[in-house]
Amino acid sequence: MYHLAREVIDVGDVVASVGDSSAGATATFIGMTRDHNGGRVVRFLEYEAYGGMAEQEMERIGREAADRWPICKIAIVHRTGLVPIGEASVAIAVSAAHRAEAFAACRFAIDRLKERVPIWKKEHFEGGEVWIGHAGGTPGRDPQHVPGDARTDHGELSRG
Amino acid sequence: MKVRVRFFAALREHVDRAEVVWELGPQQTVGDLWDALQNAFPGLGGLSGHVAFAVNQEYVDSAHCLHDNDEVAIIPPVSGGSSHVPSGA
Repeated sequence: MYHLAREVIDVGDVVASVGDSSAGATATFIGMTRDHNGGRVVRFLEYEAYGGMAEQEMERIGREAADRWPICKIAIVHRTGLVPIGEASVAIAVSAAHRAEAFAACRFAIDRLKERVPIWKKEHFEGGEVWIGHAGGTPGRDPQHVPGDARTDHGELSRG
Repeated sequence: MKVRVRFFAALREHVDRAEVVWELGPQQTVGDLWDALQNAFPGLGGLSGHVAFAVNQEYVDSAHCLHDNDEVAIIPPVSGGSSHVPSGA
């Protein structure tokens, strides 16, 4: 399952889609919209995707994960449009015979998604709005503050 | 030849449109197109080096040769300002 979702992501559906009789483990990652970022109070988030290419890149990530680890199935679903605080912006589920490869492939999938899937996030905060230079909504990890990351200087493209 | 150029997110707002049809001479590359677009839309000028390109929904580098009716996407940073073709493309 690789798709963009205009409405609330049903995480149960995403997990069910990787069900497999040979799987002993399913690992999941849920990116949530949070109410603060860099000292700003966030009102809601907006995701824009390049439809077609985004799903194609998700499929590529699934193939890459399957090449690296003996997984059974993988599903990636990303929300688009306006997303209220506290909802899932992205859900990834990976099933495998054992947990180690399920966890590893799930981590790989969200990291790759943020590198190359053409989906953009606009943060609407109190007093303004800004496009953030990465996709997804990983709690607790802000790529703009990754030490030693030369890209941090232009993590945001301010409007106007 | 003509190509369809698509803009997303911050770039779409900078140029105030989601796409344009662009006429080019023969044997032009993505880099040539990007130079022409920056001349036509001054709002893009400061973003050089911060964007990636896709042709027909596949990442390419700026030396990629264009063909008639290609769909070219100008891809603003999707991960903290990546300025190059994502690895594995």
